[in-house]
Amino acid sequence: MTDTHSPTQSHDGGQDHGPLSYRFLTLIWAGLMCLTAITVAVAKVDLGDMNVIVALAVASAKASLVIFFFMHLKYENWAIKSMVLTAFVILAIAIGLTFVDVGYRY
Amino acid sequence: MAELAPTLVHKDYHASKMGMWLFLFTEILLFGGLFLLYATYRAKFPQAFHAGGQTLDVFIGGLNTVVLITSSLTVALSITALRRGELARCLWLLAFTVACAGAFMVNKIIEWSAKFHHGLVPGSEHMAGLPQGQSIFYGLYFAMTGLHGVHIVIGASVLLWVMLLIKQGKVTGQDYVVLENAGLYWHIVDLVWIYLFPLFYLIS
Repeated sequence: MTDTHSPTQSHDGGQDHGPLSYRFLTLIWAGLMCLTAITVAVAKVDLGDMNVIVALAVASAKASLVIFFFMHLKYENWAIKSMVLTAFVILAIAIGLTFVDVGYRY
Repeated sequence: MAELAPTLVHKDYHASKMGMWLFLFTEILLFGGLFLLYATYRAKFPQAFHAGGQTLDVFIGGLNTVVLITSSLTVALSITALRRGELARCLWLLAFTVACAGAFMVNKIIEWSAKFHHGLVPGSEHMAGLPQGQSIFYGLYFAMTGLHGVHIVIGASVLLWVMLLIKQGKVTGQDYVVLENAGLYWHIVDLVWIYLFPLFYLIS
């Protein structure tokens, strides 16, 4: 994992980085708003089975923005990062495989 | 005990955050199970889900999406404000977040009342008498948005409590992990809605 922030651990286990700027957080919000507009617009176009895939892809892009920046995951240590990413990957596998299973079963 | 001169309280910042994340995993499991049900029933009753989605108000759903994402922004901003020592701004941002939670719930009440008006009341005979696919669609709709609504109320209450702690000086720019963890909870609530919105409102 290459992180541009070289972690300089403080002795008391405190933060290794300064607070995110208002400007940066607002930019993330703007990105989330754009993705919301995209998902509403795309839903009006009939793409068949692709609709749900596009909707989930856009939702996951939004989720990544929230998790990495609003939830500060990008700036956490490797232990929290790997825990959280493992949990989400397992959830994606469970839901993804269930979709595939029921999709071909009926 | 706050009167005593600089007390050295050992706080493990990473451990507190890790603990919060562990709790959030159980929330993910809770909603994840419902999303699994959604996936299977949607595959089994595609038409009913399609028709059901058409009866939901995309405008209210979209508005609530904007409200929640904005409230997530203000929580994130409040952490920056607290760490920069801008206490008044931090409290104002948190108050705005709680107001967003209120607006979200008002929209939810408007939405649900409209459904109740059409006889779609959870557990009612009318709903049980609908064709199986529709009854399942509305059942999942009420269960998932209802459980999510409960989380909105809890999240807003937690944020109010943190506001109180900030006012009392128990959560400060140097010791703000409580605010960060409350923020994490609020973001998870937002995350769930990010998936609920397209899966229920945009499938027509």
